[in-house]
Amino acid sequence: MFLRWFLYFVLILFALYFIFPLYVMIVTSLKTMEEIRQGTLLTWPSGLNFDSWAVAWGGRGYGAGDTFLKPYFWNSIKMVVPAVFFSTFIGAMTGYVLTKWRFKGDQWVFLFLLFGCFIPFQAILLPMARTLGVLGISNSVIGLVLVHTVYGIPFTTLFFRNYYISVPTELVKAARIDGAGFFKIFFKILLPISAPIIVVTVIWQFTQIWNDFLFGSTFSFGEAAPIQVALNNMVLSSTSVKEYNVDMASAIIAGVPTLIVYVLAGKYFIRGLTSGAVKG
Amino acid sequence: MKTLKIDELSKNFGTTEVLRKINLEIDEGNFLVLLGPSGCGKSTLLNIIAGLETINEGNVYIDDYNVSKVEPKDRNIAMVFQSYALYPSMNVRENMIFGLKQAKVSKEKIEEQLQKVSKFLQVDALLERKPSQLSGGQRQRVAIGRALVREPRIFLFDEPLSNLDAKLRVEMRREIKKLHQQLKTTVVYVTHDQTEAMSLGTNIAIMNHGVIQQNDTPENIYNKPSNTFVADFIGSPSMNLIKGNLKQNSNQISFVANGSNFEIPINGYDFIEKSNLENKEVFFGVRPEHIFSKKSNEGDFEINLRADLSEYIGHEQIMTFDYENQEVLAKFPSTIKIELSKNTKLYFDLTQISLFDAKTEERI
Repeated sequence: MFLRWFLYFVLILFALYFIFPLYVMIVTSLKTMEEIRQGTLLTWPSGLNFDSWAVAWGGRGYGAGDTFLKPYFWNSIKMVVPAVFFSTFIGAMTGYVLTKWRFKGDQWVFLFLLFGCFIPFQAILLPMARTLGVLGISNSVIGLVLVHTVYGIPFTTLFFRNYYISVPTELVKAARIDGAGFFKIFFKILLPISAPIIVVTVIWQFTQIWNDFLFGSTFSFGEAAPIQVALNNMVLSSTSVKEYNVDMASAIIAGVPTLIVYVLAGKYFIRGLTSGAVKG
Repeated sequence: MKTLKIDELSKNFGTTEVLRKINLEIDEGNFLVLLGPSGCGKSTLLNIIAGLETINEGNVYIDDYNVSKVEPKDRNIAMVFQSYALYPSMNVRENMIFGLKQAKVSKEKIEEQLQKVSKFLQVDALLERKPSQLSGGQRQRVAIGRALVREPRIFLFDEPLSNLDAKLRVEMRREIKKLHQQLKTTVVYVTHDQTEAMSLGTNIAIMNHGVIQQNDTPENIYNKPSNTFVADFIGSPSMNLIKGNLKQNSNQISFVANGSNFEIPINGYDFIEKSNLENKEVFFGVRPEHIFSKKSNEGDFEINLRADLSEYIGHEQIMTFDYENQEVLAKFPSTIKIELSKNTKLYFDLTQISLFDAKTEERI
């Protein structure tokens, strides 16, 4: 009994520890600058004041120097949706080939792909910048889609390969005898049973790409920047006063989409991560 | 015309030789079982017949037509797998008609085939279920149904019963046998279970290390094994192989076990080649079930051996005897009482023995 209470005590302590910064962020974002200046970080705001949220999202409405998140939020959406889609799809295809259409030297291909997981992204910034320049898509959302797709493939391939390796190859054999070809087997037989790993991959890729700052700040600037870059610019380029409430609101806005993805697909995430670990 | 003919077929994975110069022929309506220990190449051979594996040398003919380079779907075959390989996302109906849809068969014809086969296999009540909602036996039936609707020339079975529990396995074995009796389609069936092979096959090809050891009827496989591998592989417990020499005086041929001082007359044995027998080193093969505790035939050979071990298994018992430091196993009804560590009179049925050359291990 004591042990149980102790356990709960510790768990609640950790939960509070983790939720504390979020609490401060939300509370601060709802306060006026007047309240913030009093230095009472933890007190409840005097009223629900969403002004700073409106400013963070839509700006103050004057011309030059007014940075707000709305356009960059859509930039990020335009970047993250195709990048997640393509990297997941290509990863699924590659995983399918590496497990069900084995060819000579396929282990080496997989090994080199895995290598991609270990390359620090800083190392490829310059060659990638040159590549984007040659392709004529530097400083564009399309360029970022390409970068994220390419650097997502090692991870997505790893996920799908490990998932498909537990799918009996006899399924593919049966389908071949039934007359299904390479793509038909993929779309009709394997993809319909891939939901758990697709969810895992989508969450992983979405989080990676949405939260990316390095590629975004290196390969884009000004209007083509994704939200994380805009957030940085916004917070750092404040003029006279530091508007903590607007900063906090902006930070929350920039983090909300990943939260939504986790909440919607979280239970599949756990299931997918452990699937294949135990036979059944 | 042979329904299936395999001609000088060889296959290797890299440097490992999996199949070596395989020759096989099956007549229309026959049931050929490929039997062998795991790793003997039987499944690879089946996959090659199906077109799922490529060939290094040799050819495969179906109805005298060389299909060595033909796609699986165009070979007019159907296959049932060990893991059933039912498509998990499709229900029973979709599983069964998937192949016909790929082949662009008309809707009416598909529906007709589906009704016919699902009634025949008694899965017509399960058509809307997913494979995960079926029992092992039902899955097996659906897998067979998926093969049946295609009306293939040859059925290929890859260890279809090894995932079932013992009781269900015996039931499904009988169903497959009935199925074959009714449909009379040619079957190639892979298994490592000798009981399955014996009870199902009209022909059994025993394989080891990528070579066919013997391809014959179940009766001949059991009674006249062509080498010691087959003799040892078939039967449970397997055939006693007693080491010794042959003696030939005028018209008298007899066997003397190593270290033994008496001769077993084997004049009645049907030698393949009756020359150079004097002093030949041989294995004298006699099955445990052909050793009796009472004389039942005039020609039975009486011998005195010491009983060392008794294994009781319900309806029968397996006794181990000592024959000049060689173990001899015999199978008796469990009602017979035999005292251990004492010499017992035994009777070898000499009409059922096999002799093998000790060097080549081939039947002589």
